[in-house]
Amino acid sequence: MNTTVTTSSEGKTWDGGNEPMGASYGKLMMWFFIVSDALTFSGFLAAYGFSRFKFIETWPLADEVFTHFPFLHGVSAPMYYVALMTFILIFSSVTMVLAVDAGHHLQKSKVAFYMFLTIIGGFIFVGSQAWEWKNFIKGEYGAVETKGGSLLQFVNDKGERVSIESFAANLPEERERLDRSKGRWFMEGAALPTYSVAEVQAGFKAHPEILVRTEVIYKDNAEDKKDTKVNHELTKQKQKTILTRAESENRLANASLVVEGANLTRNEYGSKLFADFFFFITGFHGFHVFSGVIINIIIFLNVIVGTYEKRRSYEMVEKVGLYWHFVDLVWVFVFTVFYLV
Amino acid sequence: MSHEHVSNTKRIWFVFALLSVVTTVEVFLGILKPDFLYMNTFLSMNFLNWIFYILTIFKAYYIVWAFMHMEGEKSSLRWAVVMPVIFLVLYLLFILLVEGNYIFEVFKNATIKWNF
Repeated sequence: MNTTVTTSSEGKTWDGGNEPMGASYGKLMMWFFIVSDALTFSGFLAAYGFSRFKFIETWPLADEVFTHFPFLHGVSAPMYYVALMTFILIFSSVTMVLAVDAGHHLQKSKVAFYMFLTIIGGFIFVGSQAWEWKNFIKGEYGAVETKGGSLLQFVNDKGERVSIESFAANLPEERERLDRSKGRWFMEGAALPTYSVAEVQAGFKAHPEILVRTEVIYKDNAEDKKDTKVNHELTKQKQKTILTRAESENRLANASLVVEGANLTRNEYGSKLFADFFFFITGFHGFHVFSGVIINIIIFLNVIVGTYEKRRSYEMVEKVGLYWHFVDLVWVFVFTVFYLV
Repeated sequence: MSHEHVSNTKRIWFVFALLSVVTTVEVFLGILKPDFLYMNTFLSMNFLNWIFYILTIFKAYYIVWAFMHMEGEKSSLRWAVVMPVIFLVLYLLFILLVEGNYIFEVFKNATIKWNF
């Protein structure tokens, strides 16, 4: 059923028009594409698992990173937003499968209506992802990178995160970003963070209640309990380690960079690879959603102009439906791997 | 098309309800992180993560079987699609996660400090 002409080919196995595995050519190829794409995503997620296992003791905790919800400023709402995104995608999968179902009964207007809803759902999802990226890139608290490449975050005497902004001093200093006009054409420094390392260090000295929190996940075993550098009252099991004030000063003396938000080089959440994988995997998935929306729009227009009505078959809707459900399927795994475990 | 053209709107809504309930359970567990699940491990993974992975596979099964209508396809197509993916993914995970764990040990026991 791959062309508008339907040939009767019953009993003639080798005459063309034969359908291996009982699926039309287009549908079978869509399944094979999905298999290969599923393996691509598996490769990415397995690579994420590899890097996470490699840095298992210092990997960022997801519920501390993704805590934003629209119109709830300063409220820590882990998971709610991404749960909402999941529901949107599942629901757009439902409308897609309803469109396929209506297509089986050749109900043109119903197919068009459900496809329209699917497209809207897809756009909302892509928009939500953009908002999620914006928050991730902007960051919330800021952090400091040491000369050894590890990341230091800041907490108050209750163990709550504090932003650099809330305690950094304002020093009368001039900082200048290196760019081409000041050096050679190949010389370009990174954008300057809001505060310099010296300002963070001076602010830290002036606020004795502030402590440093390292990337290391506290294990609460005998070895960790003996560690005199750790503030055992504030640090909880399976949470990031908070240092004593004396050790905090030592570690901060080694600071080399102020990190705000996230980019592909470093991020304020912890392990450098974390942001890379986040951008790459959710970005690749978002690209799939976006191309799915585009394909859905094309098929939607075809439905409207009656291409499939004339063909007496809505199989094209079924094929893009397969792709769309696959995108939902991938999200189910991305959701688990990035946000839950 | 090979399968019957019966309307299965009822089943679609049932699966939607099922997926929604499972997602809600996942989110609540993810927010609450009950200590008896989060702190106790089984085969070097904590119970909470086991639950998350099992529920994920459960959701994936329903998406593929109900939404992608795999249940209506011939079993030859079903296995041609599902088996290679399952086998290769398990293989890939085994190789990469074991290797990742090995590198972690190497870094941990090394005389050179890499993160300070």
